[in-house]
Amino acid sequence: MTEVERQNYDVVVIGAGGAGLRAAIEARQRGLTTAVICKSLFGKAHTVMAEGGCAASMGNVNSNDSWQVHFRDTMRGGKFLNNWRMAELHAMEAPDRVWELETYGALFDRTEDGRISQRNFGGHTYPRLAHVGDRTGLELIRTMQQKIVSLQQEDKAEFGDYEAKLKVFQECTITELLKDDSGAISGAFGYWRESGRFVLFETGAVIMATGGIGKSFQVTSNSWEYTGDGHALAMRAGASLINMEFVQFHPTGMVWPPSVKGILVTEGVRGDGGVLKNSEGKRFMFDYVPDVFKGQYAETEEEADRWYTDPDNNRRTPDLLPRDEVARAINTEVKEGRGSPHGGVYLDIASRMPAEEIKRRLPSMYHQFKELADVDITAEPMEVGPTCHYVMGGIEVDPDTGESTVPGLFAAGECSGGMHGSNRLGGNSLSDLLVFGRRAGLGAANYVESLERKPVVLQSDIDTAARAAVSPFEPSESEGARENPYTLQHELQQTMNELVGIIRTADEIERALGRLAEIRARVRNVVVEGHRQFNPGWHLAIDLRNMMVVSEAVAKAALLRTESRGGHTRDDFPMLDSDWRNKLLVCRASGDDAVVPDVSVERKDQVPMRQDLLELFELSELEKYYTEAELTTHPAAQGDTA
Amino acid sequence: MSSYQGQFRVWRGDSDGGSLEDFEVEVNEGEVVLDIIHRLQATQTPDLAVRWNCKAGKCGSCSAEVNGRPRLLCMTRMSLFEKDEVITVTPMRSFSIVRDLVTDVSYNYEKAREVQAFTPPGKLQPGEYRMQQEDVQRSQEFRKCIECFLCQDTCHVVRDHEENKLAFSGPRFLMRIAELEMHPLDAADRRDTAQDDHGLGYCNITKCCTEVCPENIKITDNALIPMKERVAGRRYDPVVWLGNKLFKRGK
Ligand SMILES: Cc1cc2nc3c(=O)[nH]c(=O)nc-3n(C[C@H](O)[C@H](O)[C@H](O)COP(=O)(O)OP(=O)(O)OC[C@H]3O[C@@H](n4cnc5c(N)ncnc54)[C@H](O)[C@@H]3O)c2cc1C
Ligand code: SF4
Ligand code: SF4
Ligand code: FES
Repeated sequence: MTEVERQNYDVVVIGAGGAGLRAAIEARQRGLTTAVICKSLFGKAHTVMAEGGCAASMGNVNSNDSWQVHFRDTMRGGKFLNNWRMAELHAMEAPDRVWELETYGALFDRTEDGRISQRNFGGHTYPRLAHVGDRTGLELIRTMQQKIVSLQQEDKAEFGDYEAKLKVFQECTITELLKDDSGAISGAFGYWRESGRFVLFETGAVIMATGGIGKSFQVTSNSWEYTGDGHALAMRAGASLINMEFVQFHPTGMVWPPSVKGILVTEGVRGDGGVLKNSEGKRFMFDYVPDVFKGQYAETEEEADRWYTDPDNNRRTPDLLPRDEVARAINTEVKEGRGSPHGGVYLDIASRMPAEEIKRRLPSMYHQFKELADVDITAEPMEVGPTCHYVMGGIEVDPDTGESTVPGLFAAGECSGGMHGSNRLGGNSLSDLLVFGRRAGLGAANYVESLERKPVVLQSDIDTAARAAVSPFEPSESEGARENPYTLQHELQQTMNELVGIIRTADEIERALGRLAEIRARVRNVVVEGHRQFNPGWHLAIDLRNMMVVSEAVAKAALLRTESRGGHTRDDFPMLDSDWRNKLLVCRASGDDAVVPDVSVERKDQVPMRQDLLELFELSELEKYYTEAELTTHPAAQGDTA
Repeated sequence: MSSYQGQFRVWRGDSDGGSLEDFEVEVNEGEVVLDIIHRLQATQTPDLAVRWNCKAGKCGSCSAEVNGRPRLLCMTRMSLFEKDEVITVTPMRSFSIVRDLVTDVSYNYEKAREVQAFTPPGKLQPGEYRMQQEDVQRSQEFRKCIECFLCQDTCHVVRDHEENKLAFSGPRFLMRIAELEMHPLDAADRRDTAQDDHGLGYCNITKCCTEVCPENIKITDNALIPMKERVAGRRYDPVVWLGNKLFKRGK
């Protein structure tokens, strides 16, 4: 029988990024005891890296903005595969969530009249992103971290203990979700990174807010934390994932020097006036406006340049097309020999505005290039290329409550799926975290309060989870060679990058699945050295299992979807296919390996969009995405509309 | 530039003690010290403990000391050193060791929790906040802080004086108090607590904290000195009085 430290909470939030913190604030404000668990130190989650801003149609800079316009932009960006209810809730509630942050102490950049300033970003019709220079994520996470402190101070005043109701467990990794015999969530099992000792959280409700999966790709803007733990744990607990084939490659990552390859260059550079050029000095994006966006973007450089100052009478620059379009365009330019010396293209802001202006608007970009690449972005262009950035796919949830298909398991933020469809617009993640973090907090609170009795953790489950966690220290005698987790991770990343990356073919994906199967067999033979105290090799050995499962989900779904849409581009099926638009690919765990299960994928139809939302679009636009049969209810399709 | 073999001495051990260990390891063009630590993990010492997340100077996780100077490992370029130079990497000295380069930074989280939170102005509803850019700018400078705790590590008040930790919150959290004091809409007065509960008086403005801050925040000049001036009482000092007028407009 395994001895473990036991903790008992009404609600357990796994993840201390924007989504997790917002969820925890909500659950605690409902009076429930709440635990927040994170792999890193408190305040270091991925959200801290977000640069450009947080989208909300406050209309502070252009009063024509409204939630309906934001909704439309989000659906277009996702190529109409989005869960429309999530897109609706998100667009409607984002402004309130941003204003709320000001009451927690956030200090966004201001407009002339003292309101929150908003900036342009790809795919957003109006300036919409609340921001603080290019460190918006830091502001978000610090603000919520400080709100948590503020709630803890209230608890200290009332109960004499800062941690009476809300406690952060940092550097603690959850490896398993536990369920009672009715199939409802009963707890979460993990280890303290510092000591390697096990800890059990007994709880009726778990909110997953673990972020993304980008570490499974070699070139990525994501950190070591992004091993898809939430995705994998949820799947193993019986939840379904959707949209896993859609992975966002951000068009502008650093490409040189090699050690920083993949680090993000914010879209804010283009939002504020930076333009993409190829080795011939040409602004190539004008050649890449796809049919579905024809007429919505400027056709000449002159018009594009006028748009920055006179957006009402000019169309925006195609440099600000949705990310999938820009990333593919850069890919093509490089492939056709018009790239920069280190295999990217140029991003030029130096020739577009005075040096001082650049330093003021984009201080951390200036700093980042100066310190890491010896490039002065106020004097010379940056070299940039696509980098794996965000996963649209995630845990399938109820839009209103965030509940997954497993009772008691909720999800919010990047690890949940549906909101962004096939492609996320920049700035829509930070707002997603706030809107759905809060909703998941409420959903979990309601669920816990409705439980008649608290689900019970089975001792046998604890024992199994503990055995699985320490197995890398105890190599099995018989099977193959001892494997090094770092080597396997590298091979996995290479496989995903090369064969299931930005441009895919059936042949390559099949090869990837072959290699993944081989890596999976070797993952069992991973052996780690040393002891359990803060041992990164051991941590990686455990994370690797999750990366395996998630990579398989991505590859298998990518193979099935025989069309190109958003963050899924098939060279062998290059067109958008209307018959695929309302199809979701649902991934589930299968097979008898409990730790690294097989993944099965099924098709499922989405619920058709509500009529009033459908009518927010012109028929002529919908026709580019929908089948004719789906549009018969649109007023314009019913012949003469009275 | 081609690759070369770099000479490293890395502190290894835990709370029971440890020592510097020598390594020879490949270094490539454009790399930072954190890349080298990662290469050590992948090739020689898989269990070498280090904290990191963003690898881009944004999260403040990878703090340590390189040749005795507090630095972010991910922002310390190898080109800073001669090829034949021995580079010594040690954990932050002011905090107790967990393992290898990882230290126990809980002191900072405890101090953070003791700073009275933002106190919203009673009458304003969400969405009604109006502030001018020039008024938020000063606090925004402090909010650039990535909580790397290098300033906390370097400040001599605690660096060799563990006993001062009780009374002294360190530059990072004194700056947090200044940030709230300068917030155009914060409703609390933090002058007494800065002095009495957070030990502002211990600071003798040596500026060592400012020197190591990777965000180049002027901690001493822009946060600590103005805060000291406010605490000292503004009545008799015309310079301070003027400073205060600029310091917190319209409050
Ligand atoms: C460089 C960069 C820039 C970006 N810029 C923008 C932008 O400008 N605008 C925008 O909208 N979006 C942006 N994004 C995307 C956005 O930042 C992320 O999608 C978002 O922050 C994810 O937030 P989250 O709360 O879902 O997860 P995260 O903030 O990633 O937090 C995940 C948390 O889960 C914890 N965790 C994970 N696994 C476990 C486990 N097994 N046990 C315990 N804890 C665990 C982690 O420790 C962490 O605390 C950017 C992303 C990157 C990488
Ligand atoms: S200026 Fe003050 S806080 Fe900063 S290092 Fe010197 S004594 Fe410490
Ligand atoms: S003030 Fe500077 S040195 Fe101190 S914790 Fe913040 S970023 Fe680090
Ligand atoms: S790893 Fe984030 S600051 Fe160095």
